[in-house]
Amino acid sequence: MTATAGAACAALLRRDLLLAWRRRGDIAMPVLYALIVTTLFPFALGPEDALLQRIAGGVILVTVLLAMLLALDAMFRGDIEDGSLEQLLLAPQPLALMLAIRIFAHWITTALPLIIISPLLAGMLHLPTPVIGVLVVALLLATPLLSLIGAILVALTAGTRRSGMLLALMLLPLCVPVVIFAAGAVAAAQQGLPWVAPIAWLGAALVLAVVLAPLACAAALRIALDA
Amino acid sequence: MTAEAPLLHARALCFSRQEEQVFGPLDFDVAAGDIVLVEGDNGSGKTTLMRLLTGILHVDEGTLELEGKPLRSIDTAGRVVFLGHQLGLKADLSPLENLRVAEGLAGRRDGMDAMAVLREVGLAGYEDEPVRRLSAGQKKRAALARLMLVPATIWLLDEPYANLDRDGIALVNRLVQAHAARGGAALVSSHGTVTFLGGEPRVIRMHA
Repeated sequence: MTATAGAACAALLRRDLLLAWRRRGDIAMPVLYALIVTTLFPFALGPEDALLQRIAGGVILVTVLLAMLLALDAMFRGDIEDGSLEQLLLAPQPLALMLAIRIFAHWITTALPLIIISPLLAGMLHLPTPVIGVLVVALLLATPLLSLIGAILVALTAGTRRSGMLLALMLLPLCVPVVIFAAGAVAAAQQGLPWVAPIAWLGAALVLAVVLAPLACAAALRIALDA
Repeated sequence: MTAEAPLLHARALCFSRQEEQVFGPLDFDVAAGDIVLVEGDNGSGKTTLMRLLTGILHVDEGTLELEGKPLRSIDTAGRVVFLGHQLGLKADLSPLENLRVAEGLAGRRDGMDAMAVLREVGLAGYEDEPVRRLSAGQKKRAALARLMLVPATIWLLDEPYANLDRDGIALVNRLVQAHAARGGAALVSSHGTVTFLGGEPRVIRMHA
């Protein structure tokens, strides 16, 4: 019985979610981090509604981005250390497809919990309810984009020891446009302006990344292991 | 793909890392049904040779062919199974869950199923224990179970005897011989102090 691509994707997704479930504490970490950071802002700046409303969108986007960065480093590390990546390479499935599944699983376990608590965070900073919807849409497009871009960089730095610093430095310039468009959409919605254009840009970038990032990841990891 | 082309064919195969030669030149052919013992001291390049044969490392000098065509990782995928020092097991999953992943990724050999394979390698009763709680030898057995389950033709076993007890060593020999008997090929590396395989297997001697 040969394996079909569908069965392979399902097996891999199931494995990653099961692993994440067995280490639930690791999932809670970014969520706790985001919760703590957003809670501290009103204490540091004072409980002034207008000020908090103005910074809410930016604070939440940056917090979620940094919280994702915490977990990004570990995306392929476990697989490289225990030899699972070699098994993945030797499996009769396209490596890029398998990596796309791994990135998707990583997004589910790190970004999705953050998106789920983001209305709560936004409420804590008095973001108006109609804008919260736009914020969630912006996060739904921006976080997978960051996961995909991040995955390329993680794959590129996979061969090096202590790649965390290098990763953060490389990711910074690539994050900037994502934050600008996502925050732009939230700010536009807050001012009652049309917010579809920045969201559409994020969507376009996401489509591009979904297609290209797994291919780039696969090439980078092949190079990392070929040493 | 000609009928005469051997499964694996290497001529003047060398590997260098940063100008320093790791091994070579090596000449060998491996046909279906062959069991080949790769012998050499520590650091003689056994693992490097294994990784070259998987296609993960690329060939710098010499020829390495799979069924008459240059060996590339895209062709080895699904045909080669590699058991290295890192066993490719997830410590948080049980042996059974690890096998299910392997089965999903690489498929299943006809007539095999995960539970039967685990019984065969002597892990009955440990199916649902997380791999992290197993002993080193039991982990090895769990990894050997994967070899039996997936339908690859070429087995590359890097030091499969390490950590195994006498029964485990007999198990490896039994599995390798059964694999050769059904038309597969196996390369088994060992640091050469003892030749465990019965009979007279072919030997590739490694030296830097």
